[in-house]
Amino acid sequence: MTQANKAGRILRTLLPTLSLALVMAGIAYLNPRAISYFGFTLMLNLAVPIALATMAQMFVIAGNDLDLSIGPFVGFVCCVAATLLRTSPALGSLVLLGGVGVYVALGALIHLRNLPSIVVTLGMSFVWQGMAILVLPAPGGRAPDWLQALMRIKPPLVPFPVVAAVLIAFCGYVGLMRTSYGAVLRGAGGNPAALRRAGWSLLRVKMTLFGLCGALGVLAGLALVGITTSGDANIGNGYTLLSIAGVILGGGEFVGGRVSPTGAVIGALTLAMAASPLLTFMRIPPDWQVAANGVILITVLAARVLISRRREAM
Amino acid sequence: MRRLLAGRPWVWSFAAAAAVWLAAIGYTGGTGAGGMLTAALSLAAFTVIVGIGQMFVITLGPGNVDLSLPANIGLSSAIAMTVMNGSDSRVALGLLAAVAAGLGVGLANYGLIRALRIPPIIATLSASFIIQSIDISYGRGLQIKPPDGFARVVGWQFAGVPLLAVGTVAFAALAAVVLHRTVFGRSVLAIGQNMRAAHLAGLRVERVRLATYALCGGLGGLDGALLAGYFRGANVDLGNEYLLSSIAVVVIGGTSVAGGRANVAGVWGGALFLVLLLTMLNTFGVSAGVRLLLTGLIIVGVVTAAGGPKAA
Repeated sequence: MTQANKAGRILRTLLPTLSLALVMAGIAYLNPRAISYFGFTLMLNLAVPIALATMAQMFVIAGNDLDLSIGPFVGFVCCVAATLLRTSPALGSLVLLGGVGVYVALGALIHLRNLPSIVVTLGMSFVWQGMAILVLPAPGGRAPDWLQALMRIKPPLVPFPVVAAVLIAFCGYVGLMRTSYGAVLRGAGGNPAALRRAGWSLLRVKMTLFGLCGALGVLAGLALVGITTSGDANIGNGYTLLSIAGVILGGGEFVGGRVSPTGAVIGALTLAMAASPLLTFMRIPPDWQVAANGVILITVLAARVLISRRREAM
Repeated sequence: MRRLLAGRPWVWSFAAAAAVWLAAIGYTGGTGAGGMLTAALSLAAFTVIVGIGQMFVITLGPGNVDLSLPANIGLSSAIAMTVMNGSDSRVALGLLAAVAAGLGVGLANYGLIRALRIPPIIATLSASFIIQSIDISYGRGLQIKPPDGFARVVGWQFAGVPLLAVGTVAFAALAAVVLHRTVFGRSVLAIGQNMRAAHLAGLRVERVRLATYALCGGLGGLDGALLAGYFRGANVDLGNEYLLSSIAVVVIGGTSVAGGRANVAGVWGGALFLVLLLTMLNTFGVSAGVRLLLTGLIIVGVVTAAGGPKAA
């Protein structure tokens, strides 16, 4: 029984990777030329910001909360980066730091007043969207040159998005899964009562989780504007749902502090591929590209259920 | 006064709605006060219809929320317009088709939740991706106008009171009766308070959840058809704003996000507040950015003031 349990657990851990491999196999079958340095660079074009936004969402989900404002926040960061950060770097950086500060304050507010995070972040999504429009009323602006250069790096052999994704996953893994404070952070979702009795400040944990979400949100926005080179207040709106889907695809769960940084990045890569412009060349009409995301989500979740049921049966 | 307010959080939502309305007419010096209310009543009615569906779903307990409403509204508006095909004799058929489509979406949502044992938020999200695609491919370039009679009835008003709002008030009263006085409504509340206890008490928990998601889907379908009538045509983006507003009005109206405690009157209060807030900011002539910013800050402020459930 323990052996079957172990096999089930391994299978479950591998599921995000398997689904990514499956999507890639499908792409390779439909268009072999896509599996190349150039093809990956193109397909995973937007993977870096999606992976960072997913990572941001993951920290909030680890504490049993949900951030419905991450998309508009990413858009806000894009707009600041395309305007203020270019014209006056000091002021721009200050504004972005302020954004992270607001996230920390939100964590405190949600904890102290025992508010539903869904509603508070829902309200904040209007706030970020409004601020983005105030900073950049019409699409435009220009990302700082160093950001554009950073996102255009072409490392030898392995495409940049892959290198970046591995780096993000590694940092997340070490930080959340291998450090003692990482265990405390996860404990906020797993068993907050035990955490409090052990003498940890839940307030500080919530503030840290939301702060990390804000910081990663800033990085996601910077990466996104580095790719698109200009800003748009609505550019990030899709990231809220994508980031939640990425965390769940990667094996995370809404309650209990069960999240996986590596899984989240893999989930984000899967979604980025499924939504990539390359699909247009693969006989999948653009109308159905959104559905591709839904189908992938449902398939992976169905596979997860099958594996868990087998484990229970044994 | 305190006794009146205690246990009646929805009073706040109406008070807030009245406050923003007074602020708006104070600014204009009283002109357009009636027109403002008429327009607000019409727009709020659309939010109330989906808001009540969302309220039943949210009342089922933590994690229960329907994110597929925008996609649902978009698709059913297209279906309604196609079936009606501009002819007044087919209005009933079109409404029926839209509600049926919405019911289908609700059943599909529940099917995913049950079969995959996943949180409703992710099930309805996945479903909405697929519904959105169906809608884009089905409804793109759809140029069918609603039948004249239908559009007139949806927009009809008597002495400044829109017929639609009257109907929606009656519907809300019915929903309140269903919630508080029927086995179904009380089951929803019981499940939201403690799903396990409800199950042990012999309630058919899964059947009630199925019915709740179907109800919410059906209301989304109805709203889609009515919106297409009001705005003279179906549109893929018709339902977009209802993702946030359907949840916001429920919570502002005093329904608990943790489930088990719901308030129908508050949905009306919350919807009027949201619509009048936008009207007020528009009369102040603020830019789109400031309007969004203030809307967000006020929502956060209201929620903070109302406070969450006391920590156990």
